[in-house]
Amino acid sequence: MANVFLNGKFIGTHENPKKLVSEIKEMRRDGRLPLETNVSYYEDEDSVYILADKGRARRPLIVVKNGKSLLTKEHIEKLKKNEITWDDLVKEGVIEYLDAEEEENAYIAVDEKDLTPEHTHLEISPTIIMGPQANMVPYGQNSLSYRITLGAKMTKQALGLYAANLPLRADTDVSIIHYPQVPIVKTQMYDLLKFEDHPVGQNVVVAIMPFDGYNIHDAVVINKASIDRGLFRATTYKPYKCEELRYPGGQTDIITVPDKDVKGYRTEHAYRYLEEDGIVYPEVEVSAGDVLVGKVSPPRFLSSLEELRVGTEAQRETSTALAHGEKGIVESVLISESEEGNKFVKVKVRDERIPELGDKFASRHGQKGVIGLIVPEEDMPFTEEGIVPDIIFSPHSIPTRMTVSHLIEVLAGKVGALEGKYIDATAFQSVSEFELRKMLKEAGFREDGTEVMYDGRTGKRMKARIFVGSQYYYRLKHMVANKIHARSRGPVQLLTRQPTEGRAKEGGLRLGEMEKDCFIGHGAALLLKERFDSDRTVVPVCKKCGLIAIYNKFKNKTICPVCGEDAPVDFVEMAYAFKLLLDELKSMCIYPKLDVKPKFEVGK
Amino acid sequence: MTLPQSVEEQLKEMKEMFKLNKTQMEKLRKIAEKQYEKSLIEPGEAVGVVAAQSIGEPGTQLTLRTKLLAGAMEMTVTQGLPRLIEIFDARREPSTPTMTIFLKPSYATSEKKVEEIAFKILEIKLDDIVKSIDVDLLRMRVEVELDPEMLRKYKLREKDIQRIVSEEFKGYKITTGSYKINIKPKGEDVDIKQVYKLKVKLKALHVGGIKGIKQVLPMKQGDRWVIKTAGTNLRDILQLPEVDIENTVTNDIFEVLSVFGIEAAREMIIEETLNVLRNQGIEVDVRHIMLVADVMTYEGTIKGIGRYGVSGGKASVLARASFEVPLKHLFNAAVSGETDRLTSVVENVMINQPVPIGTGMVNLKVEKKEDKK
Repeated sequence: MANVFLNGKFIGTHENPKKLVSEIKEMRRDGRLPLETNVSYYEDEDSVYILADKGRARRPLIVVKNGKSLLTKEHIEKLKKNEITWDDLVKEGVIEYLDAEEEENAYIAVDEKDLTPEHTHLEISPTIIMGPQANMVPYGQNSLSYRITLGAKMTKQALGLYAANLPLRADTDVSIIHYPQVPIVKTQMYDLLKFEDHPVGQNVVVAIMPFDGYNIHDAVVINKASIDRGLFRATTYKPYKCEELRYPGGQTDIITVPDKDVKGYRTEHAYRYLEEDGIVYPEVEVSAGDVLVGKVSPPRFLSSLEELRVGTEAQRETSTALAHGEKGIVESVLISESEEGNKFVKVKVRDERIPELGDKFASRHGQKGVIGLIVPEEDMPFTEEGIVPDIIFSPHSIPTRMTVSHLIEVLAGKVGALEGKYIDATAFQSVSEFELRKMLKEAGFREDGTEVMYDGRTGKRMKARIFVGSQYYYRLKHMVANKIHARSRGPVQLLTRQPTEGRAKEGGLRLGEMEKDCFIGHGAALLLKERFDSDRTVVPVCKKCGLIAIYNKFKNKTICPVCGEDAPVDFVEMAYAFKLLLDELKSMCIYPKLDVKPKFEVGK
Repeated sequence: MTLPQSVEEQLKEMKEMFKLNKTQMEKLRKIAEKQYEKSLIEPGEAVGVVAAQSIGEPGTQLTLRTKLLAGAMEMTVTQGLPRLIEIFDARREPSTPTMTIFLKPSYATSEKKVEEIAFKILEIKLDDIVKSIDVDLLRMRVEVELDPEMLRKYKLREKDIQRIVSEEFKGYKITTGSYKINIKPKGEDVDIKQVYKLKVKLKALHVGGIKGIKQVLPMKQGDRWVIKTAGTNLRDILQLPEVDIENTVTNDIFEVLSVFGIEAAREMIIEETLNVLRNQGIEVDVRHIMLVADVMTYEGTIKGIGRYGVSGGKASVLARASFEVPLKHLFNAAVSGETDRLTSVVENVMINQPVPIGTGMVNLKVEKKEDKK
């Protein structure tokens, strides 16, 4: 007696579970049960699970009976003529959806040729063992699964046309590539995803060869003329927001050109692009520090003295300005109302991102790299026909990664470009390498894709033939212009007076514990002190009690809060962080008594 | 200039080897002195940091794998980083204690002889040589049945076992039969618990070999026979007449400390560390390791590198506080009114003063001029 469960609940027992299961399946196929029903039988537990609830991932398969697919040629003909649809096939019971449980009882053939009487289902296409993401990799059957995973991951980082309503959107930090192209070598998934509507890369001519070591370690060498022609050129958009906030007591922010006596007034120069309403006008070139939206706020504390001041003097300047290190052109200005009903301004600033040294690129096979050198076209190698590659890719990136699909794509891209047609590179059903070679030969090229090339700098013929072809490349979103950062002097933290951290805060790069040890290891004591001088302060210390005293600059007098005015005081140089430590010790009821002595020993 | 003893000895050797005369000898001595002076560390050199970096950097290449399996007969000994941590942390017991016992050449003549000695060393517990140890609940006693085959294998006599048992369990009611020993706890009201406890005790009863030696493996090392063991007992092993005392070693540093003293323990730390690094094909200058070993042992006991060892024993409050659990150190220092003389590196980095290392070692002394009258 087998236990029977419906949606996880025990509903009874059955004498012949196998018969029950097959009957349920029959009923589902001829429409007597809902199509969403799935049933499975676990022999080891001797129980039947019928599932019809929500939240199960299901996938379609062709039903097989007696070793024969139920999907016949007639079906396909009718499908082609648009006489029937997918839904008809599902209703007919030719195709059914299995969930994870029912899949356990199924025996699925990948290829129609492999069908035996034991098989219960047939895969619609062997390609769908991979998902939409992995299917974006051409010739996926020829590479390691890990490389395909990487390729899929990098597709997500590629710049392209990510949305059609671009002018209306205000996404943070997005880039649009100027001339996206549809790949020559594509898979069926590209059509299914309507990839032509939002492509994310460009077809480039790739030569696989070293170039004076400038494409060492996955770096790529790129053609300067290609960049000048607009290859991989992109625009970054960044929105700046400003809201007229309301404060308790009826006070509000005011979006306007700030008055000169407002507290924290920048320079007149900073406000030069503001119109009368206090907002910049579109298509103006702005750079760091330029105000986009002028705004003044009421004083922070009502009880403070500032309240007594009159008019605009009491107000604070709280404008939205372009962040440090940024530049661009104002793309659009949006004036609206926020959820709370406040006046709300969004300014979109655009900036061009021309490929530069260090920008990241990738092919579709998990082969990523940064630009190592931008070479003038006249110095690039060229083929007998005068073809100059856009990108030079290092052959050393291939053996360890074993991305055979990368190489085949180059070949296929070359064939596609010569024949003027798309090449189907869907995994397991792609145009074979053999065919590609044949087509290439017919087009009058060497079948292995290699060509004689000449060095652009010397004009000499290269000793080796170079593998050249066309390939689809992505420009990834990691761009130098968004990451470059340096500092000599700059903002410090309030608490420790040490430099801030991070690019956004114009911070310093930490010289850490282990780096410090290197200075010590070299015996460079004074250099070490100088490096850590960022928070140096001179503090008056009472010689009597060893605590920090007060120095009154106006009266040029020192006072020890413990020992009084007459106490002797020495000025000591120390790290501000150490002074903070002393204060914190005091707050822990520990008395850190400093014993001050002259720096240099005096005596004979 | 006085040269170290080892260099003096080498010079003497050279003199004899090449039959050098006096002037030649003097010349050679000068060269040696110059070289020796060159190799000396200069004042202010940060030897600690350099040693730490010299061991630490190759340490990143050490395997994190604990066990080394090289053939079925080989014993597993902790290797790589885990062993290194074990040594520097001064763990009381190594995770895989092992000995390499060298035999005097007169005893180690053939493989069979060596095997015989190995079997003699192997610790034998009563549990190893019995057919069964059962509790008879009716008579409230433990019945031991010896295995004659095992007795023969380990060259033990039934009588000896009976003697050992009766000596160990004095006052117990012991009856013996052929290959049988029955033991009943003392007293009239015997608890079941007592009987079971007795059974456990009996199982662990040491009847032969040397305590602590759990496994023996005779093998040839170079042209000499050695016995590798799992488990160590240096003191007892060294008392065996067959053992070559000079070469026999254990990897239990604390055992070396208790048997031979601190200098030997220091030597063992250096040796074991070098071994670990050499096994992974890493070459580190001995002097770095010697420095570490010195720091660990100069107080007469072995101190680990860490909170409860070297780092926790620093003189400076601030230096201790900057390394793990600062509050504990600060409060304790406050309670006992400690003074930090700011003589070491870490404190001076904290207060942003030149560290007393390298260029920071030099100080100015100002001569006070008499005021002109």
